[in-house]
Amino acid sequence: MSAPSEVRTAAPRGGRTRSKSWLATVPLLAFVVLIFGVPLVIILGGTFKREGAFSAANITESVQGAYLTAMIGSVKLSALVAVVGALLGTFLAQAVVTSRFRMLREAVLTASGVLSNFGGIPLAFAWIATLGNSGVITSALGLDSVGWSLYNFWGLALVYLYFSVPLMVVVVVPALDGLRPQWREAAQNNGANTWQYWRHVGIPVLTPTLLGGVVLLFGGAFAAYATAAAMVGGTVPLVTLQIANALSGNVLIGHENVALALSLDMIIVAGLVMAVYLPLQRRSARWLR
Amino acid sequence: MAALTPEGPMAPLTPPAMTVADGPTAPTGQGRRRRIRVWRGVILAIAAVYFLVPLLASFMFTVKAPEQDFSLDAYGQIFTTEGFGQSLLLSIGLGVATIVVVLLLTLPAMLAVRLSMPKLKPVLEVVCTLPLVVPPITFVAGINTVLQFGPDYLASTPFYQTIFAIQDENFPVVLVLAYVILALPFVYRALDAGLGAIDVRTLVEAARNLGASWPHLIFRVIVPNLRSSLASASFLTLALVLGEFTIASLLHFQTFPVWIYTISGSQAQVSVAVSVFSLLITWLLLLALSSAGARQRSGS
Repeated sequence: MSAPSEVRTAAPRGGRTRSKSWLATVPLLAFVVLIFGVPLVIILGGTFKREGAFSAANITESVQGAYLTAMIGSVKLSALVAVVGALLGTFLAQAVVTSRFRMLREAVLTASGVLSNFGGIPLAFAWIATLGNSGVITSALGLDSVGWSLYNFWGLALVYLYFSVPLMVVVVVPALDGLRPQWREAAQNNGANTWQYWRHVGIPVLTPTLLGGVVLLFGGAFAAYATAAAMVGGTVPLVTLQIANALSGNVLIGHENVALALSLDMIIVAGLVMAVYLPLQRRSARWLR
Repeated sequence: MAALTPEGPMAPLTPPAMTVADGPTAPTGQGRRRRIRVWRGVILAIAAVYFLVPLLASFMFTVKAPEQDFSLDAYGQIFTTEGFGQSLLLSIGLGVATIVVVLLLTLPAMLAVRLSMPKLKPVLEVVCTLPLVVPPITFVAGINTVLQFGPDYLASTPFYQTIFAIQDENFPVVLVLAYVILALPFVYRALDAGLGAIDVRTLVEAARNLGASWPHLIFRVIVPNLRSSLASASFLTLALVLGEFTIASLLHFQTFPVWIYTISGSQAQVSVAVSVFSLLITWLLLLALSSAGARQRSGS
């Protein structure tokens, strides 16, 4: 019976189990490399290949003309949605957090969790039924006679906010909960008014969370495809729509790899944005514990 | 995309703090407090209008066409419209397969890393979070290229047939593979939170000392203790698969969301009715999830 002593000595560092246990991570890592890594490598390789030869033509084409317009359109839309969504989401979260009604808080938090996942095709159709050309509200208020249209840049922003604001609420409520009442009391005892408290205590503590939320919202709006495809088709220039277009074969012969170049552009933008997010999240965890 | 809520800062919070947040402001007087209450009311009212009107309007749209009376026909027609059952079953099947595969891949890996290779944890975390950085549309651009040109390169190898086999229209395995990647970040977060909440090492050592085999240990000790986070990972994955449009539509598979989009041209009312219906399904899934979480919390 040497088993117990063996386990005891093995416990702190794993010992004998370690030699075998790395095998358990192999399937996951192999899967990710094969299913996720290979397409990424193909994107990278295909971007720099035209008609069988190494070439930078795809990448230059992807940052010119209509493709450039689409990229700018996507970034503008995502930035607008991210900033407005973060502001509105924070105000809504603050209103809920400071409310005395527990039920209200629970209801808003649950609804936010659900609505932040509400995207894609159903979201587009819900808004088309509401404010589209023959939507319920459009006809009830006679908006079509004043030139209202949902199928443009601003309409998309309005619809994207529908999942962005709840996402911001979900992100920022824990941070608002983490603002300790003692900090406010301490500030007040030192003679600070509300504005000064927020200016010097509240906002600085919340900043990493708020910026992190902006980044998250940007990423969500930037990657969104289904909602835009169902709502505006091709009338609003967006990079996701251009990629889908190019993938469906709507490009010049021999220019098929432009879709891959556009994808690479998108990954670079999304990667830069995410690179900002991760350190921020670590910083926000420092105060709010 | 959306569910990437910050598990990080959420965990170490002190919940009791929030109810007191506006309590100690009393000294500054009644006027300020009333102003705050008015502002809060205005914000909540605007939010209520913005979030409720589209839901109500969609419902109105489905039950009352112009110059017609109230009727629930659109909801009845959902079930008789061609392709409904098939596409819904396909999406559910894909969801279940995705859940099984993603859990079989992540749970052993995460257990092993937690038990004996803590240094590898950041690596695993990055690997599982990476899919967030790559928008699904770019991912599908890569997959599409592999599927198109893969056969040329693999012509002489046994993998040649595989490329076609995974694109079977009745059950496109390629979608399961893609969805596992999309689900990884959410599943990782859910399981990581669950594993962090239990003392895995003690459980494992106790069970091993008592002579349990590894499979016995995993299914009789670890899985029951992780029930709620496994459920949350599964629900999130299912919700993701049931709503995923980008990859399925660009690879030309008729999943549920793709079907909704297809019928919208000819039957606007039915497509909105299905949208309302699918929102209800998501609501129920996530409500079940949050109430399961609450039960677990009160139970322990």
